[in-house]
Amino acid sequence: MFPDRISEAFRDRELATRLTERIHDAVVRPLRIMEVCGTHTMAIFRHGIRTLLPQAVELVSGPGCPVCVTSAGDIDQIIELASVPGVTLTTFGDMLRVPGSKGKNLAEARAEGARVEIVYSPADALKIAQNTERLVVFPAIGFETTIPVIAATVLEAKKKNISNFMLLVSHKVVPPALKALLDDPELGIDALLCPGHVSAIIGVQAYEPLAELYKMPSVIAGFEPLDILSAIYMLVSQIHEGKAVVENTYSRVVSGTGNIKARHMIEQVFEPCDAQWRGLGEIPASGLALRPVFNEFDARKYFGLTPISVPEPKGCRCGEILTGKVKPIQCPLFNTRCTPTHPIGPCMVSSEGSCAAYSKYGVQ
Amino acid sequence: MSIKRVLLDHGSGGVASRELIESIFLPRLDNPALAEFEDSAVLISSSSRLAFTTDSYVVDPIFFPGGDIGKLAVHGTINDLAMQGAMPIGLSLALILEEGFPIADLERIADSIAEASIQSNVPIVTGDTKVVPRGKVDKIFITTSGVGTMPDGLDLSSRLARPGDVVLLSGYMGDHGVTIMAARAGLSIQSSIASDTAPLHQLVSAMLKGVPEGIRCLRDPTRGGVATILSEIAEKSKVQVELNEAVLPIRPAVDTACEMLGLEPLYLANEGKCIVIAENDAADTLLSCMRKTSVGRDAVQIGRVVQNNNPHRPGTVIMNTAIGGTRIIGPLCGEPLPRIC
Repeated sequence: MFPDRISEAFRDRELATRLTERIHDAVVRPLRIMEVCGTHTMAIFRHGIRTLLPQAVELVSGPGCPVCVTSAGDIDQIIELASVPGVTLTTFGDMLRVPGSKGKNLAEARAEGARVEIVYSPADALKIAQNTERLVVFPAIGFETTIPVIAATVLEAKKKNISNFMLLVSHKVVPPALKALLDDPELGIDALLCPGHVSAIIGVQAYEPLAELYKMPSVIAGFEPLDILSAIYMLVSQIHEGKAVVENTYSRVVSGTGNIKARHMIEQVFEPCDAQWRGLGEIPASGLALRPVFNEFDARKYFGLTPISVPEPKGCRCGEILTGKVKPIQCPLFNTRCTPTHPIGPCMVSSEGSCAAYSKYGVQ
Repeated sequence: MSIKRVLLDHGSGGVASRELIESIFLPRLDNPALAEFEDSAVLISSSSRLAFTTDSYVVDPIFFPGGDIGKLAVHGTINDLAMQGAMPIGLSLALILEEGFPIADLERIADSIAEASIQSNVPIVTGDTKVVPRGKVDKIFITTSGVGTMPDGLDLSSRLARPGDVVLLSGYMGDHGVTIMAARAGLSIQSSIASDTAPLHQLVSAMLKGVPEGIRCLRDPTRGGVATILSEIAEKSKVQVELNEAVLPIRPAVDTACEMLGLEPLYLANEGKCIVIAENDAADTLLSCMRKTSVGRDAVQIGRVVQNNNPHRPGTVIMNTAIGGTRIIGPLCGEPLPRIC
């Protein structure tokens, strides 16, 4: 009997139990698996996956939260632009409560009179621009999952000659960050649980050179509980068998070559640049900038903004949390001064942030 | 009325105000108390204990599948009284209108308020109308207050949950929240999703009749959803609430919409649902009473109350997930926001 919804199939209790038993049988020593992607961190908590795994398997969160890895300097610039007279800042919802270096966030800027509107997609932001005289600025944050849609919006804006729409680009791409992580001798992880939707764009192929070079077992997974459990089982098996290859359990969405058309669109609009990752520092060629032909949509150029380096708030260990060196509960500010309602670092307020997940779902 | 839009004059208390009220509200809300049209309505009650509540309604959009701001304003306040076990005897209706608000929309909302009032058998006995310049409010804000009579000896409270009690929910969760979020996101969802706005006082009456003693607490999970209300109850009663994810009543379309928007049904508003904490022995009778009513036909037990053994929190909500794991359910922090990824 087929379930009515695909999610029911991927939440089948009996299958989950069998997978969990196999994981227990296959684990022979302590292991650390990094869940690169913030959505995996949330899904793991939401379905109570940690409570099913053997104690020996430690799941560690990685830097796959685009809001969390946006530098404090970039966040300050977003908040500053929101308060410029004549600007309407259109943003994804998760940005609203991220604090800048002075503790203020966009929600507070809005209460002080800044025009801030939440949008569900960059296309909505463009629509707002077409219906106002104001300058509409969109903080372009996100990894490969989100970048193609933003690229498409820029192409449309160009085609329609829209002069009051601009991006404040803080896009980042995942493979260079993975390389920087894996280059760190203190990283100490045994396997990678690779992102689902980023992989839909970059394909299985993007991970193969890294898996080979660093001898790192890697499995791409979706976000349903059985996706994650089967990926963990495959990682544990690889470790047990001494293998280090890339496997894909999300084949219903991710292919070997990924989404070529989407990547082509990204390349049309953006070019690689060096980028500042909170926690990881500067990583060469890990960011994106608008190509010169799209200069008219670049808010940084228009406002003459240069990247600013801002120190982390005192005591905040977001950087170490993002690189899996430290768990949220080891940060002295966690759930004391830094809480979901009064966050100090992005990891707490972003819906994908590890600290937010640990706080919301409780430490098991 | 021949004019098409609300003007500042309509809020000034003079002839124009009277005209607005007499043409739009009085004919629709007609009842003896209101007809007196004095500064206060006088209500008769033999009960020495009265429940009194107030709520403001600023929902955007003002019209949505399943209802509108007017219906919400009537049901919401009736329900706050019902959750105390009170029988509503009258509501007040205060409106703040934006200059330029279309009269046709005002009439539509007035029709809806009248319909909700008549169907609930709860009269609107007094009211007020103000108009502010364009841009000072968003179209229409409504405040309703309500008075209800309390049965003797009835004490329902969030602090009364005890280990061994059951947690019941009167029907599907998240319908209202998804309807509003989807409308704001410009998502058109299949017509099976609509707000569940409904009055609950008749449901409560049926439950109290079937089980006069044994109900500890009634709460309607509006903003913040089932999760937030249960967190409050757990904290106030210093107990642990255990939920069973596999039996949570969620419509497939709501589930799908939530996945798309990055929301969780447990945290979404419901406007026609009731959480019931009751002693274990009363569970079957209560479910049977609820299922005989139209608003409670999908009632189900969603969990139970157990001893709280967590030294770090005064009361906790735990969910046994569908795949056999466990997780903590906390209260909602801030508004549910759509995500980047």
